[in-house]
Amino acid sequence: MVDAPSDHSVASPDDIGGRPHELFSAARGLGKELWQDKPGFIGLLLLVALVLVAIFAPLIAPHDPAAQSLRERLLPPAWVLDGSWVHPLGTDNLGRDVLSRIMFGARVSLLVGTGVVVVAGGFGVFMGLLAGYFGGRTDSFIMRWVDTQVAFPGLLLALIILAVVGPSMTTVIVVLALNGWMVYARITRGVVLSVREEPYVEAAELVGCKPARVLYRHVLPNLTSPLLTLAILEFARIILAEAALSFLGLGVQPPATSWGLDVATGKEYMFRAWWLVTFPGLAIGIVVLAINLLASWARVTSDPQEREKRFARFMARRQAGAGTREAIAK
Amino acid sequence: MSVLEAVVPEPAEPLLRVDGLTVHFNVGRAGFWGQRPLQVHAVDDMSFTIAPGETLGLVGESGSGKTTTGRAILRRVPASGGKIYFQGHDITHVAGAELRLLRRHMQLVFQDPYASLNPRMRVIETVAEPLIVHGLAKSVQDATDRVSHLMNLVGLPADAGDRYPHAFSGGQRQRIGIARALALEPELLIADEPVSALDVSIRAQVVNLMQDLQEELGLTYLFIAHDLSVVRHISHRIAIMYAGKLIEIAGRDAIYEDPKHPYTEALLSAVPVPDPPLQRARSRISYAGEVPNPMQPPAGCRFQSRCPFATAQCLSEEPPLAEKAPAHWAACWHR
Repeated sequence: MVDAPSDHSVASPDDIGGRPHELFSAARGLGKELWQDKPGFIGLLLLVALVLVAIFAPLIAPHDPAAQSLRERLLPPAWVLDGSWVHPLGTDNLGRDVLSRIMFGARVSLLVGTGVVVVAGGFGVFMGLLAGYFGGRTDSFIMRWVDTQVAFPGLLLALIILAVVGPSMTTVIVVLALNGWMVYARITRGVVLSVREEPYVEAAELVGCKPARVLYRHVLPNLTSPLLTLAILEFARIILAEAALSFLGLGVQPPATSWGLDVATGKEYMFRAWWLVTFPGLAIGIVVLAINLLASWARVTSDPQEREKRFARFMARRQAGAGTREAIAK
Repeated sequence: MSVLEAVVPEPAEPLLRVDGLTVHFNVGRAGFWGQRPLQVHAVDDMSFTIAPGETLGLVGESGSGKTTTGRAILRRVPASGGKIYFQGHDITHVAGAELRLLRRHMQLVFQDPYASLNPRMRVIETVAEPLIVHGLAKSVQDATDRVSHLMNLVGLPADAGDRYPHAFSGGQRQRIGIARALALEPELLIADEPVSALDVSIRAQVVNLMQDLQEELGLTYLFIAHDLSVVRHISHRIAIMYAGKLIEIAGRDAIYEDPKHPYTEALLSAVPVPDPPLQRARSRISYAGEVPNPMQPPAGCRFQSRCPFATAQCLSEEPPLAEKAPAHWAACWHR
């Protein structure tokens, strides 16, 4: 048994509502905890850096991402023979600067990825909660709807909607969310079905909690870890799905760009110019890694038992470290 | 039912009156066209009363319907027939806001103290939740005060509120569960095998706590259990169930010293006596035979397949609950 030390236990959001100073100290406590978990902290730093790059792309990008220069086609990165520091990561088949394109592409990719995960996740989790908790006809209706939509080819649906409405960032987000919410609904329903049989859920109902409170306070917290995992996997998939749409001319419209689009177009030059797929691909990989690191920290933090174990490990390490330092001083 | 008034001789209004409670669960359909519904007869025609401040022990083997009876009284499973009266009001079919209001008057203590507390909620949140959802706590300070009073009442340390359930032992967790049940100041506490998941050494503590609380707060208990020594310790009266039927109900000493039903006799002979020579000298009554299929209960007495005294009458006619001695009711043709 590990006692939660006072500076470690953070008030839950429910009992600090409306008291800003406590919210602030809770946030500070969380920040301190994140600092102690180095991988999670690195993940957060990477994410913040990428978001800043996306926001300030016009200020820091060395070139206009759409400026073509046919004389400078397919230049390799700077550290390779024939490369130059004018185009640090080389140029593409139309002589556009790869680094600048990645910086600008971050805007679309991050926005679409986050937007779709939030919209599809929100809707899917909501439907899954309803289906799992209320059961019966609600469950049958929602799950048959999910089955029907899973059976329907997603790309076709996307093509129809995009052809009618016309491509834009918003439509891309809506279309991808329409294609992606079912998996959240299914996973949520499964967890809810098992959790709602737990005695503590029955206890909450017997005590007089209304369904919304039971779902929010007792069922939803159990979904943190499967949903975080799923959202991260989906994030990477969405970036690539956006690329597929853009590749078909229904996603991002050139001159704008996205990482996925760059990977898709660079694919044809894979053997002559590896840097066209490698760098946008690396960018996708780094985002997914950063979110993973942060999410794994969030998953542990959301489970009181895991959280106290982690804290105990941290304290043990610190004490061991202090012991060695003392020994060296002697 | 005039039978019921006789069970509790005092004129005081019973806190709880269960009158012919029947619970059947639909489990599917049988027959080529699915024309015959399959039903499990969990509880059949069960009647009893509990007076204010009394403890009724409800005993029976697994699957005899004791938990279902408790859940039906709490309105967690719908009654297929019969009536449940609480403080004279018919609560068999209350729903919605009225049902939520009823929760303030009767609460449940769970069997498994490990699964009945949300592992992601601190103890203070768990115990304060009833107060919050019923709008009984005026402020955060008020809620905190009331929770610490409850913790004190059930014998938990004052700093327990800030911790999570995993930091507590089984006995302590059961105390938390009792504190949560008491938060709404209910009159009736239904305890569904509250000590069967605990270590033997802890059981006495929790049972004694429940007795102290009863004295202090004037609580009424329906104590569901299969541990006969615990039931004897805490109950004023005891009801015995077999295969969904109430077969005997009487005062504690009457049941233990002079059981009327053959099943009760066998059940009691299984309780070990804490005196080895005496225990060796006792003979255990055990009857062969199978418990009847709850989907197709037999026509006559439910105990007919195992009863050594069964006659033709037992096979065809169901014995009614009859008064065999003053305030001692049993359902048997031959005793």
